[in-house]
Amino acid sequence: MHIVDGALSNPVVIGGAVAAAGGIAMGLRALPLERIPAAGVLSAAFFVASLVHVPIGPSSVHLILNGLAGLVLGWAAFPALFVGLLLQAVFFGFGGLTVIGVNTLNIALPAVLAWVLFGRLAASGSPLSGAIWAGIGGAFSIAATTAMVALALTLSGDEFIAAAKLVFFAHIPVMAIEGLLTGFAVLLARRVKPELFTHLQGTRA
Amino acid sequence: MGHALSHGEKTLSETGADRGTGPLTAIDPRLRIVAACLFGVTVVALSSLPALILALALSLGLLQLSRLPVRQTLRRMAMMDGFIFFMLALLPFTVPGDAIFTLWGMTASWQGLLNAIEIGLTANAVILALMTLVGTLEPVTLGHALHRLRCPETLVHLLLFTIRYIEVLREEYLRLRAAMKVRGFRPGTNWHTYRSFGYLVGMMLVRAIERSERILDAMKCRGFSGRIVLLQDFALARRDYVFAALFAGLTLALIMVDLT
Repeated sequence: MHIVDGALSNPVVIGGAVAAAGGIAMGLRALPLERIPAAGVLSAAFFVASLVHVPIGPSSVHLILNGLAGLVLGWAAFPALFVGLLLQAVFFGFGGLTVIGVNTLNIALPAVLAWVLFGRLAASGSPLSGAIWAGIGGAFSIAATTAMVALALTLSGDEFIAAAKLVFFAHIPVMAIEGLLTGFAVLLARRVKPELFTHLQGTRA
Repeated sequence: MGHALSHGEKTLSETGADRGTGPLTAIDPRLRIVAACLFGVTVVALSSLPALILALALSLGLLQLSRLPVRQTLRRMAMMDGFIFFMLALLPFTVPGDAIFTLWGMTASWQGLLNAIEIGLTANAVILALMTLVGTLEPVTLGHALHRLRCPETLVHLLLFTIRYIEVLREEYLRLRAAMKVRGFRPGTNWHTYRSFGYLVGMMLVRAIERSERILDAMKCRGFSGRIVLLQDFALARRDYVFAALFAGLTLALIMVDLT
């Protein structure tokens, strides 16, 4: 899902960087220092989750779980996921340097959207209904992320349209798996520690 | 991404771990970050093949100067290439131009092939320079250097906490996986697997948030007053100026090659 350096046109790269900076600033405003440990540990948890490989048929996919990150962190998902992408690029060589703004936006904006659309539904009602809404949110955020990757490629040049379509359709099974896993994760968390979803988010922007 | 780690390898190297010695390790961390960014922006702007090949050669030269294990680093780079390969492989067929060959009614063009090679070279040159210049820093030093480069303090704190707890949580994850394994769990493409992985992720989140509560309590107990003081200071030495001049010269040379 990472876009690499050199693929995108300059306006897309710059626009992505500016939008990502805005999102990170929004997220940091929602994070008083009291909440930094929680956000940092959760950011690390999502980094570790991206190392998990889930089998699918003969292959496997690694998790992104940006929907879940959004549901738990709210706006703070922006800086948290940015930190994860930065560490991946610097120490693992995944992604790129100049495109880190676009990549952050592609992953974190759907996370925040999932929170805005499904956050309240996932945190209230019975654990099962919350889990189902969270699962829809998880699948939605992966769909939105792939759509944004496809959009970034398409805006950069018509020659990428084929690749953009390929990216989108190849990720349909990933959407289903991420939705399922997000749903089950929320089901467990709602039963074991319901305050997980209210603890960190503060006020709704 | 997990397969990027070979067995028994740590996610991020520990604080105080041996960083080895190389000509690059002595350079000021702030300068290395700035140099990597400058290099990245320059290489993305390059458009001629010779200049891009030179840029990749420069990155490989940096790799030689750094203390990174060459084989392992190149393996990680090849893994990234595997991801982008399909995107690049489509380009010759979608960019109009002079035909090379025709496959199932689709024509591959020289222009498209050139475009794909350019993107591949750019991506590899930039990520390799980033890994050799910045990736060789101790993760915590990276945070301090970013702070000195006027990154928002909150973001740096978040980065430092994340760095501190990645390895802790990964070990927790591996313990949970081991516990699942001894109970006979074998992942496959089925409902049971996805439910178990979902519970695993949920459990990790619950444990993470409880851990963070303990961390905050421990910090308050030690007089945490709402501010973390970042003490590490950096000073530019003579070799830093030499490195800066050399690197700027090489980057300029890349631009000159590109223009001619």
